[in-house]
Amino acid sequence: MDTPVLIEIKNLKTHFFLDEGTVQAVNGVDFTIHQHKTLCVVGESGCGKSVTARSILQIVDQPGRIVEGEILYHRPDRLSGVGLSEELPSPNGAGGSSSTEIIDLAALDPRGRQIREIRGQDISMIFQEPMTSLSPIHTVGNQITEAIKLHTDMLDDEADEHAIELLRRVGIPRPAERLETYPFELSGGMRQRVMIAMALSCNPALLIADEPTTAVDVTTQAQILELLEELQDDFGMAIMLITHDLGVVAEMADDVVVMYLGQVAERGDVESIFHDPKHPYTQALLKSIPKLGVSRTMQRLDSIRGMVPDPYNRPTGCMFGPRCDHFMPGRCDAINPPAIQLGDGREVHCLLYEDE
Amino acid sequence: MSAQLTNGSQHSTSANGSAAADNVLLEVKNLQKWFPITAGFFRRTIGHVKAVDDISFHVLQGETVGLVGESGCGKTTAGRCILRAYDLTGGQVLLQDHDGKMVDLGPLNNNEMKPYRQQVRMIFQDPFNSLNPRMPVIDIVGDPLKINKVATGKELEDRVASLLARVGLRPEYMRRYPHAFSGGERQRIGIARALALDPRLVVADEAVSALDVSVRAQILNLIKDLQEEFNLTYLFVSHDLSVIEYICDRVVVMYVGKIVEVAETEELFAQPFHPYTEALLSAVPNPDPRMRQQKSRIVLEGDVADPANPPSGCYFHPRCRYVQDRCSLETPDLREIAPGHYAACHYAEELTLTGVTASGELG
Repeated sequence: MDTPVLIEIKNLKTHFFLDEGTVQAVNGVDFTIHQHKTLCVVGESGCGKSVTARSILQIVDQPGRIVEGEILYHRPDRLSGVGLSEELPSPNGAGGSSSTEIIDLAALDPRGRQIREIRGQDISMIFQEPMTSLSPIHTVGNQITEAIKLHTDMLDDEADEHAIELLRRVGIPRPAERLETYPFELSGGMRQRVMIAMALSCNPALLIADEPTTAVDVTTQAQILELLEELQDDFGMAIMLITHDLGVVAEMADDVVVMYLGQVAERGDVESIFHDPKHPYTQALLKSIPKLGVSRTMQRLDSIRGMVPDPYNRPTGCMFGPRCDHFMPGRCDAINPPAIQLGDGREVHCLLYEDE
Repeated sequence: MSAQLTNGSQHSTSANGSAAADNVLLEVKNLQKWFPITAGFFRRTIGHVKAVDDISFHVLQGETVGLVGESGCGKTTAGRCILRAYDLTGGQVLLQDHDGKMVDLGPLNNNEMKPYRQQVRMIFQDPFNSLNPRMPVIDIVGDPLKINKVATGKELEDRVASLLARVGLRPEYMRRYPHAFSGGERQRIGIARALALDPRLVVADEAVSALDVSVRAQILNLIKDLQEEFNLTYLFVSHDLSVIEYICDRVVVMYVGKIVEVAETEELFAQPFHPYTEALLSAVPNPDPRMRQQKSRIVLEGDVADPANPPSGCYFHPRCRYVQDRCSLETPDLREIAPGHYAACHYAEELTLTGVTASGELG
């Protein structure tokens, strides 16, 4: 049932060392991304979902850095032969089976050649605000072909051809003309399509999409989500989708990771997360969103009391403890709940399930 | 134009029967707001962005009306025109005075506007940019009281304290500056400021869009509670249909500066009459993975039309699934299709559109 593992994140810790103190943006996160599957990482702002994604590509902004943990990338066959991969030492010592080579991305130098080989080719990323993530002074064509020329030995003409093909594939009308346009001439939805075309230019194994539809309208969001699904069928890449919108998760995800304050609260397949949520945070989150067709009859929404704590003053024990309805004094504020396996790949970090 | 005129006024008076007509707090008639596009050294006007183009609707006392649409549809501009943050290009904004008379805010100058500015207040979208970082909370919330000479000194402090307590903040924090508060708390400060002068109409412009999911529910509940307590009337501007459905009694759907549909919330969501509303409803992601297969999502082609250069006829026709020849030629009027349910589509009666049924229930 499960496709092979693509990315395995083990006990990842990414901290930011600021003058005011250390922000433990990501603090012991474990999860896996499978090939050809969509993993959604969901959580509120400040929960570390974006930093986790950036850690995979080693593009965490200063003064943040990965302080602990492993990001094991199981490089598919298809990509193992290309580029400089022969020269890549396998940090694990275990090049593993003949089929896949395993690279620990967390151990690579953020400025090194190896990670730069992987960025844009094996793993690419699209960002929330397409206007700020595209260069305003380069044409669309320029920006797309840059990645192609960097990672393949295509000539200028071939790269242009390839870029036109990509733009057509992501649904941009008159792609040949668009090559010469600048991002400001395009609408928000079109810009996001250009970003996607750019990200797919080297046929990556993993596409990280960081809130790709947050800045666009609902009808455009529907277009972009539809496009991502189609492209996944065609290109076969895995998608790591970062979002705060549970509606998007329900439509897109195969697997879901719920994060809260730098830690995983719960993970599992989409069906069980939505219909049998285990962690009190997931349960509360699902109750607090207005749903079309349902909320009409509701008098009040169930809200989670309080707010996400300040990153400098994290609670002891369970991060969600102070806001939790099932808070157990003396236990939840003392023990940082370990991962409890519930079978079927489900995992919850909550002491309520300790006996199971 | 004359057809539009009669249509507009008829709509506003008959929408909820004649009995309710006296209860109209705000009536917007043929409101227009055009922004000039200038070019060249002399800033010659070469065209107009018709941000709001001839819209008419009304808001009853104590009700929440939602103004929904995509970015660029003019919903925010409409909200700001009602506050007279913008001068109107045309049309009227009629507000019921304390003695029941309808006053047109449109031609009033700043001085004449003053008493009405107390009655119509606004909650802004971004709680980070809408609070002055150099003012402590007591000044942010208290300044409207001071400026309008409602309270001073100790009395002012007491009023601010009770306002803060009412929106769920600790009055002890009133000397703090906005940076000390989280997004949700700042939005509460913004709400307290809006309520400081006992307004009758509050325009909430995307009041919860910038907030996290868990905090959003708190603020939505607060907005609802305050309405009951102070008998407030809201004009709730939002792009989020699930929020609109939860909070609004009636909904006005806008597309490129025009109203395409007006109806009671329940009716609009269950039985839309305009293809744009249908597409909008269908585009909202449903937070239930089991609904994934059952729902056929309508994905609109292309982008929202440019309000500076809108398409001919019905503005929605280039993206409409049910488009016919007539749509590109004639601009449809907003017509009453069912009692209290208006739509601007030539084929509203013929089309069978799908809404959202209450079956989206989560287990």
